[in-house]
Order: sequence, then structure tokens, then C-alpha cells
Amino acid sequence: MSNSDFVRQMGANDSSFSANTGLLRRLHIDGQLLILLLIVSFGGLFVLYSGSGGEIANVKRQAVFFGVAYFGMFVVAQFKLSFYRQIAPFAYVGCIALLVAVLLIGVGAKGAQRWLDLGVTRFQPSEVVKLVVPMTLAWYFSTRPLPPKFSHVIVSLIILMLPTLLIAKQPDLGTSILIASSGLFILFFAGLSWRYIAAAVAIVAASAYPAWHFVLHDYQKQRILTMLNPESDRLGAGWNIIQSKTAIGSGGWYGKGWLEGTQSHLSFLPESHTDFIIAVLAEEFGLRGVLLLMGLYMLIILKGMHIGYMAQDTFGRLLAGSITLTFFVYMLVNMGMVSGLLPVVGVPLPLVSQGGTALVTLMAGFGILMAISTDKKRLLR
Amino acid sequence: MAHRDQIKDVISERRLYSSRLLVAGLLVLAACAVIIYRYYGLQITDYEKYSTQSDRNRVHVQPISPKRGLITDRNGVLLAENRTTYNLSLTRERIKDLDATVRELQQLLDIDDDDVARFYKRLKQHRGFSPVPLRFKLTEAEIAKFSVNRYRFDGVEVVGSLSRYYPEGELYAHAIGYVGRINEREQGKIDRDNYAATDFIGKTGLEKFYEDSLHGTVGYRHVETDVRGRVLRTLEQVDPVPGKNLQLYIDDKVQRAAFEALGEERGSIVAIDPRNGGIIAIVSTPSYDTNLFVNGISSKNYKALRDSLDLPLFNRSLQGQYPPGSTVKPIVGLAGLEEGVVTATSEINDPGWYSLPNSTHRYRDWKRWGHGTHVNFNMAMEQSCDVYYYILAHKLGIDKMSAFAHQFGLGEYSGIDLPSERRGLMPTKEWKRQNRRSSWYPGETLLTGIGQGYMLATPVQLALSTAILANRGHQLVPRLVMNSSHPAAAERSDVKLNKDSNWDVVFGSMEEVIYGARGTGRRLKGAPYRLAGKSGSAQVVSIPQGELYNRDEYEKRQHDHALFIAYAPADDPKIAVAVIVENGEHGGSVAGPKALAVMNAYLLNDQGELRSDL
Repeated sequence: MSNSDFVRQMGANDSSFSANTGLLRRLHIDGQLLILLLIVSFGGLFVLYSGSGGEIANVKRQAVFFGVAYFGMFVVAQFKLSFYRQIAPFAYVGCIALLVAVLLIGVGAKGAQRWLDLGVTRFQPSEVVKLVVPMTLAWYFSTRPLPPKFSHVIVSLIILMLPTLLIAKQPDLGTSILIASSGLFILFFAGLSWRYIAAAVAIVAASAYPAWHFVLHDYQKQRILTMLNPESDRLGAGWNIIQSKTAIGSGGWYGKGWLEGTQSHLSFLPESHTDFIIAVLAEEFGLRGVLLLMGLYMLIILKGMHIGYMAQDTFGRLLAGSITLTFFVYMLVNMGMVSGLLPVVGVPLPLVSQGGTALVTLMAGFGILMAISTDKKRLLR
Repeated sequence: MAHRDQIKDVISERRLYSSRLLVAGLLVLAACAVIIYRYYGLQITDYEKYSTQSDRNRVHVQPISPKRGLITDRNGVLLAENRTTYNLSLTRERIKDLDATVRELQQLLDIDDDDVARFYKRLKQHRGFSPVPLRFKLTEAEIAKFSVNRYRFDGVEVVGSLSRYYPEGELYAHAIGYVGRINEREQGKIDRDNYAATDFIGKTGLEKFYEDSLHGTVGYRHVETDVRGRVLRTLEQVDPVPGKNLQLYIDDKVQRAAFEALGEERGSIVAIDPRNGGIIAIVSTPSYDTNLFVNGISSKNYKALRDSLDLPLFNRSLQGQYPPGSTVKPIVGLAGLEEGVVTATSEINDPGWYSLPNSTHRYRDWKRWGHGTHVNFNMAMEQSCDVYYYILAHKLGIDKMSAFAHQFGLGEYSGIDLPSERRGLMPTKEWKRQNRRSSWYPGETLLTGIGQGYMLATPVQLALSTAILANRGHQLVPRLVMNSSHPAAAERSDVKLNKDSNWDVVFGSMEEVIYGARGTGRRLKGAPYRLAGKSGSAQVVSIPQGELYNRDEYEKRQHDHALFIAYAPADDPKIAVAVIVENGEHGGSVAGPKALAVMNAYLLNDQGELRSDL
């Protein structure tokens, strides 16, 4: 696929929305992206209904979350891109302060300390960091000539490592992976030379051994070991993976049918409405369902890349690329871990897993994508 | 910041970005391919494996217990049935504080500590969501009491279940027996699959003997369970096959008459239909209520039964081995006739004793001065002359006598369809050599001739031999159950006489016992049908039962056993009876009327007339 095909196809699709473009443009909404997001999130509600054992209350609550998240996306899309670029460094400093606060006075559950108790509600700063880190790096590179010089790379890595390590310390491996990758994607799109990338891969590979012994928590090591051999701990840590693989595998090509998934409905499958919901989908809708969802995700990713391609400045380009690839990492890590390909880290399936905070962050990211998308159109007009 | 933008090469940055975007797109595609490959592997390649695993996860097989077969008498009167009883059951998962709940229930319903201890033991074998019984067999009052307080007890409920019930427990204790909870020893023997849903198994009597057909075949329910094993729905069900009902030859009315005839005595009555071997009545007294055993008898009640001097748990009909005394005379006499050592008219002189040639030892008659100088066959039977039979036995010899008696089932397992039958003993020279390591003495032949000495018979054997005699040697296998599924262990051939008229000689002499002027059974002659019989008393040489304290009691227990055998109607026998009353002393006067009562109950209708339907 050449770049020109890419553009032509997207352009052709654009015209089909021409009737709405006027209104949508004024609302700073990208119609195509919105439709894709709505399809996935609406379909996700069906899977969620099944995954939560036919509890309509869960679906209602998730629908409310969707309402809030879509509203958040809408609000985020209304701000000019330059606004985000200007506030990025200040937001970054604020985030670091919050992360330190979490470690000092945060509250938590299951051995992790991730929340700040605000009295009325609990606030998870790491979610905001997911957006602020790529924004800050995009701002940093947008003010410098690209490809970046070595010193710029070092500075950007420091900007990246600080929050990542603070979050890994909570500990929240899933989120720190997502944040680290969102930052690395900025570097990648900024044109980090292949030599550096190759060197980084070599360093990561070389540090695997010391990392195993000195950095990873025991439970994290256990997850990796369990992933490699779930049978070693059938009823303990291996249980989740064995049951989710059974759920996925028993779905076959056609699936058992909606609400007919025995693994999830008989509660063999753990967390069937949150992180492991893809197993419900795979069990009930089969490989067909999985491919359909992946197809939709691919379209969203394609759309995100197109927005980055069309972006008018470096800040928008880098940010759009990072947000898009981070979204992909969500999908990759979730689908990989549930199918036993990757260790189990708490990463939700975007737009499908139940959960409020992560959804709001995700949709805010799409709001920024829309701001980038419509920013371009403002200039063109 | 705007000034820095100006020094950037916007065009090249854009190109750089585009190429990176392309690489990113390719990486995304590659990663997606890996994921798809993974899901394809799970969902298509390994579909069978995971599909099976998923089914194994959710589908469990639950056994369903079959209904135990009913037992009725020949007229359909229920003797063993299944009744719904109500148990108090607790579901652990739904109870917050189990110990406190049990304590409260104990106060409310008067549940003893034994029950509680057994409950905690059972609790360990059950999963948290299944109800575990705390108290069995709640009374109406207890159910009501609990219902009023039910709101206080979440997770406690009254659960109905089928339990064996014996409407006439005492009357059939030794015939039907009882069921009880399967114990560890039985666990090893039974087909675990077929008993997967069953708690009870036949322990004694018919319940044990016909366990296989009474139990039936277990059914299965394929159920879908969740991860905790809780049943969510039934997918498929294979219904259990209920156990076969058993219809008995026993006539409840006759059984009751026999039981009442024995009354407070220790003894046994067995009545057989000589035409087919069907057991019409089989009673052993004293008896006990089998219902006590079904859900576990209390140790106090069990101790009382076990330690009773009267041995209520002992099944005298099958396991009581008694010297048959003079009741053996018809068969010994028939042997004498058949072997030609006596004839119907030959006479002996009975001075009251008999001595073997070259011996001074006097074998005494029961009548001190003897029966006179002209004792013939009929007279010897009528008055039970011992000397006549000493002479007869001596001439016959032990081995011929034994061989003949064995044909009538003496010293042989009768093959009755009940467990734990004992064999009795009809001695031979060979037997004595092997078991007593001693040779046979001629005097022992004499004792055997009057049913004493080593000879032992069970009431069933006596009734059977009488029945075989009554139908002229036609062999029988005694059976309680009509259409029994158990074939006779060994086919025995009918008793064939060289001289068929010898039957009639013996029959005639047995009628003399009833109708003769000095017949030992003359009390029985008022019956509206003709009957034939023989009395007997057996010396109690040693006292087999436990320790004895009471001197009066001790003496009573040394008294002779009273026996009586009979069949009727004499010309067309429809019932043969054997009666033993332990320490009853006089066969004719004590055991005889009991035999008559049983025969009357069977042969006569409510108006006291001979039944025409038999």
C-alpha cells in the first residue's frame, strides 16, 4: 500500500460523509472515527452483557461510563491543539507531583497503591499520565529539529522514564508498559535513528537477566512463568490462562452463540467482564467474531494513522501516531495475554472491557485525535 | 517557541514521519498476524481439545438412586415399603455461623450430641452448597416447631427423602430383615457405580438376599455445573430402574397367627407349602422392631437387644440348630420299612429300656415302664416309643439311616432364599471320624434314631423334611419369594421308595399321633380337616446361651425343647409345619397347638370352614 493509495481511499470515504461534515466540523468531531468507535462500543455492550452473566445492571453502568467518556471525548476535541501543546510541560510537572503523592499517601487494593482518595471519589493519576507523557514528549520534539540529536533523545528518555518508574513502583506493570510504549512511539515517529533503536533492543535483551532478578516483583515473575507453563499451577495462577484458553478454543469458528458460552456463564472464566472479556467474545462468536473485532480495531488504527499523516504540525503528527499505536498496544497486550501469548498484565480490551477510568482516558485520547483531525480542517478552510 | 519552528525542515520532517508511519503500519500488521495465528491455533487447530475440555468443565454426572422394590405377602399386604421421612438439613454455604445455628437448633428440637457429632463428620464429605442432614425422621410436632421458627434459620430446611419402612417390623424381623447405611466393608463389595446414589443396603433377611433385584439400577443426570459444582441445569437424564417388587409366599394372616402362637416363648415356627416349597410363615421369637435399625439404632437400644438372654437378634428358624427328638421318627421309621428291618405289623417288646447285645447299658424309653409287649409300627409312632426306634436304628445302622435322612434335607442346606442358613447335622461314621477323630459307637446310632446325640436340625429343615415327606418324596427348595430369581443351588432327585405303600404306612401312623386314643398329639384332633403329625422333645444337653444368673431361670433353661411337626390336610397336604418351643418340655401339648393354630389360620376361612381356594 503506497502513501498515495492511502490518501485517496480515505479521501474517497470522506466524501460520503459530506452531508454531515459541516455540522461535525463545527463540533470538531471526526465522523468516521466516531462511527467506528460507536460500532465497537455498542457491540462491546452485547459481549459485556454476556460476560457479566446476563446482568443488565452491569451493561447499564457501562453505558453510563460510555456516556461520560464520549462526552469527555467531545469536550477534549473542542480545545485547539495549540492549547494542549502549551499546557503539556505544566501538566507533566503536575503529574509527577501526583504520582509521588500516590506513593506517599495513596490508597490501594490487592497489594497495589494506585489511587488518591478525593473523598467523593477515587482518582487514579496514572490514567492522566497516559495522555500527558506523549503530549509532553510531542511538545519537546515539536520545538526541536528532527530527527532528534542524541542529547535530545537522552532528555526525552528521562522525561519518559520518570513517570514510568513511578508507576511501575505502585506497582502497575500494565500501565507503565503502556506509558513507556506511548513515549517510545513519539521517539519512533520523531525519527529516532535505526541505529539507536537497534542498540535499545540490544540493551533491553541484555538487561532481561538483571531485570528478572532485581526489578520484577515475585508476582510478576510468577505471571511470566505461569504463562510459559500454565499447567504448573493448574488451580492457582495457571487457572486463569487454562480457562481462558479453553473458552477461546472451544468457540471454534462459529462460536457457541451469544449468551451460550459455558465457560463464562458457569464462572469458570475469571474476570469475564473485565480484562478477560475477549475470551467471552471468542467463545460465543468464534474466530469470526474475533476477526470482526480485529478488523474494526484495524480500521480505527488506520484512521488514527491517517489523522497523523494529515496533521499540520509536528506536535499533532507525533501525538496522533503515539495515541494510535498505544491503542494498538492495548489490543495487542490484552489479546495476547488472554490467549496465553503474553504474561497476564492488567490491560483492558479497549472499548469492550468494563471499567470507567481507563475508558475515559481512552476516549480522551480519541478526543485529542479528533482535535488534531479537525485542526487540519480549520487550517484548510 | 514559534521561532524554533521556523528553523525546522518541515518537508523532510513530514517525509520522515510518513516513512515511520509506513513501518508502524507494517509492524501493526505483523503483530496482528501473530495474534490471528494464535487465535486460529486455539479455535481451529485445537478446537477439539478445548471443546472437550470445556465440556468436561461444565458437565457432571449425578447419580439418581432407584426406588427400592417393595415386599408384599402373597395377597399384596405391604411388608416393606418406602416412606417419605423428613430430615433437618443444613446448607453450609448459606449459614453465617454454623456452630451457633447448630446450638440453637439443638435447643429448639432436642437433638442429642451424637447426632451433632455425626453431622460434623458428614459435613466434611459434602460440598458447601449441598444440604447435609443433621437430624433424621422429624416428627410432625418437630416439623411444626421448626416451621414456626424457620425465619431464624437461614440455610436450614426440612428435606423429604425416601426411607425404608416395615409396617409390621417385629413380625418379619427375621424373614425380611432390614436395610441400613452402607458401611465400609460393604463399600468394598458393592458395585460402586450402581450404588453411587444409594445410602442403604440390605443387611439381613430378604433385604440382604435379594439386594440385587430390590435395589434396581442407578440412573444418571448429566448436569451443568458452575465452577463451584453448583447444579445449574439438567442436560440429559437416564432414569433409574426401580428395584423389583418381591411377592412372598408368606400369608400375613398365617405369619401373624404363628407369631401370636409363640407369644412370649422362645422358639420358631416354619410353615411350607408342600406343593411348591413356598414358605407360608417363618417366625423366630422373641423378635424386635427392624425400623429401629434403618437410620442407625441407638447404642442403648442395640445393647439391650444384643445382651438380652433371649437372643432376639438370633434367627432361630435358620440358625437355631436343635436336636429334633422324636420328630425324626417318621423318616427313620420310613427308612426302617424301606430297608425291611421292620414291617407295618411287626411287633417288639418294650420293657422301658433297651440294651445293645453284649452290653449292660440301658437306653431308656421316655416312659419309664415301657409301652408294653406288643408295640407295632403305628403304636410306636402314636406314643413315640423310643425302644422301638432303638431297635430299628440298631438294625438299620447309622450310615443307612443318615443317607435316608439326607434325602429329606436333614443335615443339608435347604437352599432357602435367606442368608446365613445353618446346615444342621445328620451324623455318619465318616463325619465322626473327620470331626471328632473317633470311631462310631453303636450306642450313638440308637440316640440318632430318636433324634438325639449329635443330630441337629434347624426349624426350616424340619419343616422342609415334613413337606418332602408329605408329598411322597418330591423334592422342594423352600422359597419365600414367588418367581425367585435365585435358582436352587443343587437339584436333588426325588425320594424313590421300592415299596410305595410304605408312604401310606408312615402317613397312617402319623395320623394315629393325632387321632389315636393315646396319641401324643391328640389335643389337635378337633380340626375340621384331617391332619398328620409327630411330637418331639429334645433334651437340652448343654446350654449354649450366655451367662446365667438366676437359678430359677437356669432351671427353666435346662428343660427339654418342645417340638412338633405336622402336615394337613392329610389326604392332600397343603401345609407342612415345624414348631420348636425352647424349653417348652412337651411337644404334644405345648408345640402341637401352635402348629394347629398355624394350620387353621391357613386352611380355614373366616367362618372356620375349610378354604376351597387353596
